[in-house]
Amino acid sequence: MNPSLIFDFKRYAINDGPGIRITVFFKGCPLSCVWCHNPESHSTQPQKMYSREKCIGCEDCVTVCAQDACTLTPDGIVTNPEACILCGKCADVCPTKATEMSEKLMSVEEVMREIKKEFLVMDQSGGGVTFSGGEPLMHTELLIPLLDACGEAGIHRCVDTSGFSSPKLMLEVASRTDLFLYDLKLMDSERHKTYTGVPNEQILENLYLLAETGAEINIRIPLIAGVNDDNYNIEQSAIYIASLPGDPKDISLLPYHNMAANKLEKLGQVSCPEPLDKPSDLRTEELLSLFKTHGLNARIGA
Amino acid sequence: MLTDRLLRFILLLPGLDPQGCQTSLIAFVERLRRPKLQTIKEINGRVEQNLTPERQATTEGNFYNEGTPDAFGPGMNTRIQLLRKLSFEAEPSLSIERALHQTAFYKENYGKHSVPVLRALAFLDHCQKKTLYLGDHELIVGERGPAPKVVPTFPELTCHSVEDFHVLNTREQQRYTIRQQDIDRYEKEVIPYWEGRTQRERIFNHVPDTWRLAYEAGLFTEFMEQRAPGHTVLDGKIYSKGMLDFKKDIQDHLDSLDYLNDSGATDKAEELKAMDISCDAVILFAERHADLAEKMAKHEQDSQRKLELLKIAEVCRHVPAHPPRTFREALQMYWFVHLGTITELNGWDAMNPGHFDQHLAPFYIRESAEGSLTREEAKELLCCSWIKINNQTAPPKVGITAKESGTYNDFTNINIGGLKKDGSDGVSEVSYIMLEVIEELHLLQPGTSVHISQKTPNKFLNAATRVIRQGHGYPSVFNPETYIMEMVRMGKSLEDAREGGCSGCIEVGAFGKEAFLLTGYLNVPKILELTLNNGIDPRTGKKVGLETGDPLSFTVYEDLYQAFVKQLNYIVDQKIRVSNYIDTMFAKYAPAPFLSVVIDDCIAKGRDYYNGGPRYNTNYIQCTGLGTVTDSLSTLKKHVFDDKNFSLETLLGAVANNFINDEKLRQTIINRTPFFGNDDDSADDIARQVYEDLLRAIDGKPNTKGEVFHLNMLSTTCHIYFGKVLGATPNGRVAGKSISDGTSPSHGCDVNGPSAVIRSLAKLDQTRSGGTLLNQRFLPSLLKREEDLVRLGSLIRSYFSMGGHHIQFNIVDTATLRAAQNNPEDYKDLLVRMAGYSDYFNDMNADLQQEVIDRTENESF
Repeated sequence: MNPSLIFDFKRYAINDGPGIRITVFFKGCPLSCVWCHNPESHSTQPQKMYSREKCIGCEDCVTVCAQDACTLTPDGIVTNPEACILCGKCADVCPTKATEMSEKLMSVEEVMREIKKEFLVMDQSGGGVTFSGGEPLMHTELLIPLLDACGEAGIHRCVDTSGFSSPKLMLEVASRTDLFLYDLKLMDSERHKTYTGVPNEQILENLYLLAETGAEINIRIPLIAGVNDDNYNIEQSAIYIASLPGDPKDISLLPYHNMAANKLEKLGQVSCPEPLDKPSDLRTEELLSLFKTHGLNARIGA
Repeated sequence: MLTDRLLRFILLLPGLDPQGCQTSLIAFVERLRRPKLQTIKEINGRVEQNLTPERQATTEGNFYNEGTPDAFGPGMNTRIQLLRKLSFEAEPSLSIERALHQTAFYKENYGKHSVPVLRALAFLDHCQKKTLYLGDHELIVGERGPAPKVVPTFPELTCHSVEDFHVLNTREQQRYTIRQQDIDRYEKEVIPYWEGRTQRERIFNHVPDTWRLAYEAGLFTEFMEQRAPGHTVLDGKIYSKGMLDFKKDIQDHLDSLDYLNDSGATDKAEELKAMDISCDAVILFAERHADLAEKMAKHEQDSQRKLELLKIAEVCRHVPAHPPRTFREALQMYWFVHLGTITELNGWDAMNPGHFDQHLAPFYIRESAEGSLTREEAKELLCCSWIKINNQTAPPKVGITAKESGTYNDFTNINIGGLKKDGSDGVSEVSYIMLEVIEELHLLQPGTSVHISQKTPNKFLNAATRVIRQGHGYPSVFNPETYIMEMVRMGKSLEDAREGGCSGCIEVGAFGKEAFLLTGYLNVPKILELTLNNGIDPRTGKKVGLETGDPLSFTVYEDLYQAFVKQLNYIVDQKIRVSNYIDTMFAKYAPAPFLSVVIDDCIAKGRDYYNGGPRYNTNYIQCTGLGTVTDSLSTLKKHVFDDKNFSLETLLGAVANNFINDEKLRQTIINRTPFFGNDDDSADDIARQVYEDLLRAIDGKPNTKGEVFHLNMLSTTCHIYFGKVLGATPNGRVAGKSISDGTSPSHGCDVNGPSAVIRSLAKLDQTRSGGTLLNQRFLPSLLKREEDLVRLGSLIRSYFSMGGHHIQFNIVDTATLRAAQNNPEDYKDLLVRMAGYSDYFNDMNADLQQEVIDRTENESF
């Protein structure tokens, strides 16, 4: 089994499903949503992250870099992306961890060892493990054995997905998953493509397929002002969700938050050129009641 | 601000394509906004700010909401609001009345009676003469001083000097006001008599030099050098027995003394006579209140208050002479016993009612069934009792003790919930009312704790977490299953252990049956410092420890560690030697006959509380700084001995120089060393080893009462003092900065979330201690929704199912977040969470941090 890219673990995760959870973040995502709050998860490649606030300007990274890619400027360390080969040596020597690589390679056994540390807390709280990302379904070679291992250990499994994958993979994952956190962003495929980089037909189809299997699904809708908070989109979403087979689905409305800028800065990228905002509280409440008029069980927040 | 406006202005300039140039402009303006990068040269040699990170539970919180709708501040009704306001606003001051009575009585009578009888008569004399206080609106009556927050002195233990009083009167913090005429009178009438006769002088005149050197270097503290041994907690006996019943018991034991065959019979007789007199003293004290209330009722115009005063008189005529018949009498009964104890002597951790809700529940249940007591009435009476406890400010300390425990808090801790003597769940409606009282009054005293056993309903746990979320610091949370096991291990019967619980902070004892004396804190990191300096205290250059070998001669980690263990044992033995001496001084010169009445088996044994009278007699040493010492050892092990990243000489040189010009080294240590509290075995194994060796050094060493010493892992506020007397430590901590508290990880070093912290702590076999302490910081955003409170409850249950003893949550307020911005290193543990997104506060840029601060401001509850 080849190790796969994991970019982070979070213990005491309280917004990613029931109870207290450990969330495993996979690196790499087929979507590139402009509002994404985990930009370091987009690329399947290792990435270098740098926080200027932590840097003490010791220049150890400058010294260690065989490619001469690092330079100390009054603004901190600047890395020349042309020269950098992402070897990670700079991160290894950095005394303050101002420079870090955005991922670690981990095997199933290593991931399970981390997950099992949380056994007691998961048991006591009715929690479990949540696989998130990035897109966990891009990593089924690791995800499926992990889901199996968790199932074996009696751990509640939750998969947080964009739904963008082949139906076959989706169903394979579904047979090993206790709860899906399924993102529904935009009902108009063209607009979906504009904002996320991919159309939405496959996503909607997979959602329907999943619902047919009787899978437990919590639908999550990020709310971004001017992008998807219009009545039309929300109406369409509500109608679609109401039409899904099986038990009524829980819906979580997640007002956008501008937390990504910080991470983008660390990645040396610039924020989305179009300033994004969450809908006003009033508007969010209106949208909530819209779902409710369709008889749907919606709430604000995870 | 300026740059934001500049940005907007530039974007509005005609002819500029906003889309095209915006990104580069943002980058440009961002650059203007930023401070210039500090270079290593600038950072090296800087002086550390903020040496004491805010982690004090009771000082943090979001609960001081401005603009409260109530005219007089919080409280369920006007009576409580007014009583609370008076208590809250009264400035602590000193009364010399007790000292004058005590001095006059000793002058007149010393030598005429046995010591216990002398003490009891002096107590009786004071109860006869003491100025009474019966304030407007009060339902529960009695004060130790002549008014709320007026504190007596105890010259027989420690006689304050004129200079002490001037300092107390004028200092900025923990001030106690005193009138000049009182100081003058004290100088004339009190001080001359006690010169050379106080407990404090008896102790300090006899300590060995080796002890004094270690004490002055800050290797340990000594609780009893100026106060009486305390941690007195009651069981339920005073709710079924009045002082007249105790007097009868005493008489029976007096009558059955065998003067022919028992060589100790005369001493027992004196002690029993003293107990008998002290019962009279407390009855008399109550009767005087009854007289006063009746007198006041005669002149009272308000018919409602007149009735209240007559009721007070009726209650005070009944208790404490007789067992209480009602909820109200039970509270007044306890209050007279509490006052009696803290007036007789100044016991450290004044006095505790123990499982107060369990004691009161039978009264509440009966009277509410009869319809003679409403829930509101019960709550009002509880509020009155709470305020009474807050009125009893701790007497002022002097010397080193004032440095390590400079607080008004006298640490009464009320145990709520938990298990009953028969092992059944102890939660009742009274427990819930008490939670409401805590939430509404938020006073400094009393401290409160909720006890969550496997049998505790989630409803109660949730009610408790809701109060915790308010950010008062209280209640703290305890695990009865663990502390019962701790006590059973120490040799208590199962029933006695179940009736036990926690007194002032986290230390356990069998309530109503045990003298568990906290003898002082042990500065474990300082012991490592001595080891790394071959017995020399680098602050003074004095040799205060053992020569355990030149550290540079250690070739393997194990050599260094063994030297540390040797040093540890030497220091502990110094401490124990003097602790035992002090115990005998108290047994001889400062018995406490009244306290002995209410603690089993003092009457049956005819022995005093301080002389082995109680059923169980434990001495504790409280070990502090486990996190600091573990992280320091981990640094030495990993970087010096295992990975050989730098030499011991380099590290010790940097430590000696307080890491000045070694910031890179210091950063490497704090960012690249396994530290305690992260569920990382390489650090946690060291913590386990240190804990094991602390146990070996302390646990089971004999005390003077035929029993033994145990340890607990408590720091209260002492970690700040200990930090001040400690140079830089190998874990990257700079000189003077506080050490880690209790068994908590070093400040901000737990970066894997609370579930990793509890796993690390659970690796210690906590049942072999007499208590551990874990402070956890939480941002309000982690406790926003009801289900988050349920999760917090699950976290508590998880820790307790792993064997955790105690956990306390400090709900972080905006002031703490601002402190974190200034001093990020101490706050690496601050976790911020939002849907699908999580990050550490420290890892955020200033803008984002500001957003979190704003949110925290808005999200206070």
